Amino acid sequence: MRRGEGLVVDALVIDDLQMHFPLRSIVPWREPRRVRAVDGVSLRVGAGETLGLVGESGCGKSTLARCVLRLIEPTRGRVLLDDEDLTALPEEALRRRRRDLQMVFQDPTASLNPRLSAAATVEEPLALHTGLTGRARRARVDEVLEEVGLGAGLRDRYPHQLSGGQRQRVNIARAIATRPRLVVLDEPTSALDVSLRARVILLLAELKRRLGMTYLFISHDLSTVRYLCDRVAVMYLGVVVEQAPAAELFEHPAHPYTRALLSCIPEPDPDVVPERLVLSGEVPSPIDIPGGCRLRGRCPLAQPVCAEPVPVREIAPGHTVACHVV
Amino acid sequence: MSTLVSVSADETPARRSAAALLWRRLSRNVVSLAALGLLAAVALAAVAAPVIMSYDPDAPDADRALEPPGYRHWLGTDLYGRDQLTRIVYAGRVDLLVALEATAIALSLGAVLGAVSGYRGGWVDQVLMRIIDTVQAFPSFILAMGIAAALGNRMTNIVVAIAITHVPIYARLIRGEMLRIREMEYAEAARTVGNRQRRIIFYHLLPNCFPPVVVQATLAMGFAILTVAALSYIGLGIRPPTSEWGAMTAEGASYIVSGEWWIFLFPGLAIMATVLAFNLLGDALRDVLDPRMKGV
Amino acid sequence: MRDLLAVSDLTVHFDTDEGVVQAVDGATLRIAPGEVVGLVGESGSGKSVTALAVLRLLRPPARVVGGRIELDGRDLLACPEEEMRAVRGSQIAMVFQSPRTSLNPVLSVGHQIERLLVRHGAATPARARGRAVEMLQEVGIAEPERRARQYAHQLSGGMCQRVMIAMALATSPRLLIADEPTTGLDVSIAAQILDLLRDRGRRTGAAILLITHDLGVVARLCDRVVVMHAGQTVEWAPVRGLFHAPAHPYTRALLRSIPRVAGAGDMEPIPGWVPSLLTPPPGCRFARRCALVQADCAVSVPVRVVGTDHRVACVAVKAS
Repeated sequence: MRRGEGLVVDALVIDDLQMHFPLRSIVPWREPRRVRAVDGVSLRVGAGETLGLVGESGCGKSTLARCVLRLIEPTRGRVLLDDEDLTALPEEALRRRRRDLQMVFQDPTASLNPRLSAAATVEEPLALHTGLTGRARRARVDEVLEEVGLGAGLRDRYPHQLSGGQRQRVNIARAIATRPRLVVLDEPTSALDVSLRARVILLLAELKRRLGMTYLFISHDLSTVRYLCDRVAVMYLGVVVEQAPAAELFEHPAHPYTRALLSCIPEPDPDVVPERLVLSGEVPSPIDIPGGCRLRGRCPLAQPVCAEPVPVREIAPGHTVACHVV
Repeated sequence: MSTLVSVSADETPARRSAAALLWRRLSRNVVSLAALGLLAAVALAAVAAPVIMSYDPDAPDADRALEPPGYRHWLGTDLYGRDQLTRIVYAGRVDLLVALEATAIALSLGAVLGAVSGYRGGWVDQVLMRIIDTVQAFPSFILAMGIAAALGNRMTNIVVAIAITHVPIYARLIRGEMLRIREMEYAEAARTVGNRQRRIIFYHLLPNCFPPVVVQATLAMGFAILTVAALSYIGLGIRPPTSEWGAMTAEGASYIVSGEWWIFLFPGLAIMATVLAFNLLGDALRDVLDPRMKGV
Repeated sequence: MRDLLAVSDLTVHFDTDEGVVQAVDGATLRIAPGEVVGLVGESGSGKSVTALAVLRLLRPPARVVGGRIELDGRDLLACPEEEMRAVRGSQIAMVFQSPRTSLNPVLSVGHQIERLLVRHGAATPARARGRAVEMLQEVGIAEPERRARQYAHQLSGGMCQRVMIAMALATSPRLLIADEPTTGLDVSIAAQILDLLRDRGRRTGAAILLITHDLGVVARLCDRVVVMHAGQTVEWAPVRGLFHAPAHPYTRALLRSIPRVAGAGDMEPIPGWVPSLLTPPPGCRFARRCALVQADCAVSVPVRVVGTDHRVACVAVKAS
């Protein structure tokens, strides 16, 4: 998608991103083994779009999020925010660019500094990145707190004086305060109770609609992803195995892993018994990954050709799959 | 929209502030209350000394030399006829002041070293910790003695000597906390928001490392008093005529045999009671601060 | 047929710095032998406290203030502690939420199972090791001999949970209480664990009390469901009845507040807030959030029958 009139502009482009963690080897001269947490991922998120990134634990989605934010340095690949290569930026320039790249974390309690009030937490990005001072800044803080549904009466409360749902709202407020180009959300509702989840999801949907937010939404909870996301990418062991518009993915999943994942979700309806695609065994370690398709050892549809490098094919408009068989 | 915006301020009752909670739990325990009371009394006496003490601690009065405790001099007098009670209270100022200053300096320096070391890791951590190890390898009292002897008996030098021996404790404690806290999500959040590293360490993380340090500092104050008293006892500490508990105890030692027991006993009791009070307070704080208030 | 477990009018209070928290208020539920009952509610609804009360595992500041808990007719609340010890682990077993922290980190998992078997007389010391390996196999752990020698931190979350289930079922208990057994596990692993629970439950004839906030899990596994809100039990129904004809306003609101995969429909959060358990409203604790609230709701709440084996504690719902 190119910049131009009438065409969607990509807010975020992830280009062949790789994150390998070397393990210290006892034998110093041998090439160390690596944990291949993210192994060549390419994704695009259009402006105003919400891309869902799903996968189970160990698939690399959280590591990918941290690479995008350059909280850890990727071993290879590029991250482009509005066509600017974040991975090539020097530290000070990167720090300034953070105005446009924010994150909402999973644990609402651990992600707030216990010594800062809600207002102080939200004020910090404004102080660092905007020229607002004094009363204007305080007014803006109140505005943002209102936007996330926290009344001005709560501005001076500390995290231990707020409920779980309120803390997550403060988290969200901090992330949107500077109107960033992209917000990465790492499992923002997983640590919340069932009843709070709905409110936060609706809040995120509303902010997206009203402020035109672009989200990279990382989650293992497929039903939330279904609700919020325009497009969805499925990750397994460090690579993207399938990508499609949300409705398309959930109605016509192609990759065996996606199908297995969808069939495991317990639907709140006792009469819906999805056809289970069962994967044998457990997720292998991301250290010694066999060549070819990573699902090979567990996939009921595996064939000899699956040992070859996996082609990425487009099976429907906007719907790509990394599989030999389907 | 109403369900979203109507987060009323009543949703969670505003829980009591941390300080109020701390006070409540402290005041439940009789022992800690007693310790707090004693310390408060000592501190108050020390501060108000010139006002409440009617005698001059330094003025000799030959007529009243070596008087046992009695109506006019509640704790007796020493060889020069100086009122012991007055001297003990004035000495308290010296001892407390030295302990306070030494602890403050050690804490500040140790905090900076520990925080930087813990957050940065790598070779910075290694180098700083080896320096700390070196200091810690010396028996602390010997080290204090050495520094005091080298620099001279002035009060400032004694403070420095004690402070140096205490730095490693705080450095390690804060480094340990920092290692734990830097993995927390709010440390990451401080980065994503765009803070510079220095601000992350000192504004966000370091203040959250303090609860265990407060406990340690309270206990260390007691230890600092013991150190300055011991230094003075062997003659390396505060010089006369400035009164100081350890020096007074040393003076009194030579009178035990001749029967003037009050000269060494009361300063000794003063040391003991104050150090005990600090220890009890430190223990109480540890109980209170430990699991309930993690992160506050 | 007599109920295996009958909890009647259970009330539990917690004494805290801030006052008395009335965590459970008149909870009632029944479990027949061999059936799978789901206890559903948000966090803070009192479901875990109820389970702990059944096993008499509540310690101060918690106190059982009233009610009866009967296992096969015997009142567990009146039992002396030595008898309770015999009940725990052999007649009623429990599986907790974070399996890795429930296992002893310094003993190998095989060893832990062996000790359990020997203590409850389910195997002699000589045979215990072999039996432990057999049990690991029965819960679907591959290479059971090797795994038996490993420690908790070497096993994945899913495997630890399997070990916990093995240990819980070691003595063939009549009732297995599973408190959020799949929370925190990946979806595919959770599905396997649920299948395992149902399978083992059927094989051993144990009844299962499954405590969860996840209605999908309930739909998949349970025969009957009990819904709790703010310490009160509000609806009791067979699983189909609950999902297809929910009667209590809270149940209905709860079902509406879940995002679903099959067709993203309307999702509506439950209005209002869970009331404070320090100063709970009298009568029905859902009243202040309820669209159908009436004056009687604050006075007393009748239990009405709305279908086969389907009851609801609500003023506004008409009996059928």
